Amino acid sequence: MINALPPATLLILGALPLLFLKGKAKGIWLLILPVISFFNLLAIPVGSHWTFGFLGFEVVLGKVDKLSLIFGYIFHIIAFISNLYAWHVDDRVQNISGTIYAGAALGVTFAGDLFSLFVFWEMLTISATFLVLARRTPKAIAAGARYFMVHVAGGLCLLAGIIIHVQQTGSAAFGYIGLESLGSYLIFIGVGVNCAWPFLHSWLVDAYPEATITGTIFLSAFTTKTAIYFLARAFPGTEILIWIGVAMAGFPIFYAVIENDLRRVLAYSLINQVGFMVVGIGIGTHLAINGAVAHAFNDILFKGLLFMTMGAVMYRTGKINATDLGGLYKSMPLTCTFCIVGAASISAFPLFSGFVSKSMVMEAAAHGNLRFVWFVLLFASAGVFHHAGIKIPFFAFFSHDSGLRCKEAPKHMLLAMGITAFLCIFIGSFPNFLYAHLPFATEYAPYSASHVIAQTQLLFFSALAFALLLLSGIYPAEIRSVNLDADLIYRKGGPWIYRACDKAFNGINDFGNKVFAQKVPELLARFFSDPARNVQQHIVRLSAEATGDNSKIDRRFQKIAHRTTTNAYPIGGGVFLAVVFLAVMSLFYFN
Amino acid sequence: MKQVNVPNDKPGIFDNPRNVKRLLVTFFTLTGLMLLIDVFYHKHAIFHWEEYFGFYAVYGFVACVILVIISKYILRPLVMRKEDYYD
Repeated sequence: MINALPPATLLILGALPLLFLKGKAKGIWLLILPVISFFNLLAIPVGSHWTFGFLGFEVVLGKVDKLSLIFGYIFHIIAFISNLYAWHVDDRVQNISGTIYAGAALGVTFAGDLFSLFVFWEMLTISATFLVLARRTPKAIAAGARYFMVHVAGGLCLLAGIIIHVQQTGSAAFGYIGLESLGSYLIFIGVGVNCAWPFLHSWLVDAYPEATITGTIFLSAFTTKTAIYFLARAFPGTEILIWIGVAMAGFPIFYAVIENDLRRVLAYSLINQVGFMVVGIGIGTHLAINGAVAHAFNDILFKGLLFMTMGAVMYRTGKINATDLGGLYKSMPLTCTFCIVGAASISAFPLFSGFVSKSMVMEAAAHGNLRFVWFVLLFASAGVFHHAGIKIPFFAFFSHDSGLRCKEAPKHMLLAMGITAFLCIFIGSFPNFLYAHLPFATEYAPYSASHVIAQTQLLFFSALAFALLLLSGIYPAEIRSVNLDADLIYRKGGPWIYRACDKAFNGINDFGNKVFAQKVPELLARFFSDPARNVQQHIVRLSAEATGDNSKIDRRFQKIAHRTTTNAYPIGGGVFLAVVFLAVMSLFYFN
Repeated sequence: MKQVNVPNDKPGIFDNPRNVKRLLVTFFTLTGLMLLIDVFYHKHAIFHWEEYFGFYAVYGFVACVILVIISKYILRPLVMRKEDYYD
């Protein structure tokens, strides 16, 4: 028995006191909580812990190995940094959902079975939705609702897959799954929603820029990275992931170039970076998986840093569109510096964190002789420098002077950004601290002369292209606009589907109403008002049609009407019917 | 763009065009030097084309030009709508 709690419990249960705490006490609690939880994690030895039976399956709340541990570490680090950055936020909805969200990510990471994993997976969706809704603008509420719908659909897909998979294999253990049966495909797609695969990605660029300033820092860290963890555990070496990753690394950079909202630019570049990780998992060699995991670790830090600097700009100026910003290096010099550190890290400059992880994936692709993949990734490397590395700092802090004058970011924000910036440079300069915790032993050395010079040339000439395009006026001016993306399908398609459903289902309803509520009862009512007469008249009509003799029909109708209204049937008729009835009954009973 | 003059608003270093020019000249020189380095060291490459003179420099430059051209002239006309498109 070990003296620790399951990794997710402290953060999730630690959200409860937030219902009562206020002011400084609440802020301190939010800072201490990730630290306690981190030491709790350190106290858990490698292995499977907290296992118990549930419906005949084994639930495991603490599957601890190198792969889950490194995600556990970075999730704690970013939870602490995000809470520090959000020190000023006095909004219970955000405080509580942020903490639960981080706890849920830990729950997924250390789940050893698919059932508890699914519970934490859904907890991620719900808590993340509140981080979007908490901004409380109409746009944010709409985006939050769309976020929720997309993730619920993805979650259901995952659940269906899990049920089929467990049914087929008889085991709920969370380990290698691989693409084999229907169940595994459904799991694969369900995870793909959270991983922001092409066409399943638009929730990310839709919701993240609409979330609260501090909420986006949490959001950028957990949902996509838990999906990466899931893929690394369950689908390493699945070839189709290479192509999905290539698409993810490629297409968002084009959008990022023309996007005006700088947080949305970062959201696109988030997909681009996750693409590198997905490629690594698809390649599946030890070097590639190490690269994917290391890049996830670094991306959480530098993407968080970039979102934090843009959040600070937004916090101080209230603006986030490139068209409204510029010249802020004078007002916010420290934020500007941190932004440049983040930009250098995401662009993989030597001595910055992106350099030591992105290159592992590139090299793994080269070793596998994946030429096309390698070329696209190199293109994406140049492109990411272009849109995230230059565009973000340039349009926010330099470019034309927007005339905005504001104070430097608050101290706690600066501290959070400073810690993150330090980590980016530290990992970039001393990568062995990170490499020692990767899932597989590695002797990878990023700092060779060839590699450093090649990367520096690539980046300098990308910058040269930016400078020349800007000076010549070819670089696209920022324009206030909306750029259509895959969410068009449900944002514009939604109303069409609504209209189609309206026509179809209300049509059926109308038809049903006319036929079953009006016509049929009317007919029945007419018939049963005088059934005997109607039956007789019908028979007379049929026989008249059959014989072609219409001459006596009116007289017969009158006779029938007279007989039925006065009940003037001959007694013999009644007796005859009774006999026939009894004869039929006897056939049924005595046969 | 309207210039708002706040009291004690010191001009930043890039408000002086000469500094911008200095920065650009330094940058262009460094870029040229980066390319020149290629002659002086032995490359360890996996693919043979990595050993060509200036491969990474040319690729980086061309990639970014293509990226911007496609984004501006193909993607933007296709996907750009007014800000209130979804409202």
